[in-house]
Amino acid sequence: MTDRPNDESPLYGTPEWTERRRKVIRQRNVVLGVVLGFFAVLFFAITIAKLSV
Amino acid sequence: MTQVQTIPLPTDWRDFFALTKPRVMSLVIFTGLCGLLAAPTHINPVLGFTAILCIAIGAGGAAALNQWWEADLDAGMRRTKDRPLPAGRMSRTSARDFGVGLSACSVLVMGLAVSWLAAVILLVSIIYYAVVYTIWLKPRTPQNIVIGGGAGAFPPLIGWVAATGSISLMPVLLFAIIFMWTPPHFWALALFVQSDYAKVGIPMLPVVAGEPATRRQILIYAALLLPLSLVPWWIGGTGMLYGIAAALLSGTFLVFSARVGLRSRSGPDDPMRPEKQLFVFSIVYLFALFAALVADRWWMVQGQSV
Repeated sequence: MTDRPNDESPLYGTPEWTERRRKVIRQRNVVLGVVLGFFAVLFFAITIAKLSV
Repeated sequence: MTQVQTIPLPTDWRDFFALTKPRVMSLVIFTGLCGLLAAPTHINPVLGFTAILCIAIGAGGAAALNQWWEADLDAGMRRTKDRPLPAGRMSRTSARDFGVGLSACSVLVMGLAVSWLAAVILLVSIIYYAVVYTIWLKPRTPQNIVIGGGAGAFPPLIGWVAATGSISLMPVLLFAIIFMWTPPHFWALALFVQSDYAKVGIPMLPVVAGEPATRRQILIYAALLLPLSLVPWWIGGTGMLYGIAAALLSGTFLVFSARVGLRSRSGPDDPMRPEKQLFVFSIVYLFALFAALVADRWWMVQGQSV
């Protein structure tokens, strides 16, 4: 779907295109990691809060 | 799907974030937080934070579903043509899945961590916005804003229910205030972007009923909002601080609305300054009114503890 390479793009196949693609994917992975990490911490915080209620 | 073939890169995370309409979300978070803080009970800060987070994520999910459904309409309007979907930076399937995922997670976490009653109301608000407003009413009736505006009125109700675990008259009044505030707020916007709405065939009131009728209705809703905003103080749900703030703010809102309601467009080059001022003030109004509600509650708690 959205990760499918676009063979109509004039930049497709060039090193610039590959680098930009890598950068976008890397940023997505970092953001996803931060979000998942945040929810893992929130899960423990909720558990502790529920125990003390 | 020719749109997918023109996407040059994987969708940037910023586009997923933009799909949640962050600016609208800030108002949702604020009113939800005010509902939570104005409730006459204490909630564990972690659970309170989780409740607000769920309200924000639910609003983001509903906004993503709204943009998924309206991608073609958005492409035809100047204000929305650069959104991720009409600009071709994201596939519709991704937007739909993202919206459904956020909505489901928000309801589930709200139910498991905070309150199932709050979770049910959150689910109703998401369905109300994504289905009742976006899919059903918006393309069909010029009263779309009036009824659909109810979706934006849910956050303080959810915040209050998350804190107390039950529904009472006060959160329903907060719901009613935002419900009554929405038509003048959106119609002021619709008056100065109406050509865009007309272009894509959305039956906004200025397009269907004309400007004079819209201006009259803005004034009527603003006039009704004034006494309604005072009811929380009148029934003893708030103190004098809120009462004074509500009277001043709603009075000013009525003056701004009267400037719009009692004039007509001078010509095609009319800068529509009163309409733009009303739109900006309507946002200030809601922030200030709910801030006054929380300040009043804090004042009352401080007074009791001294």
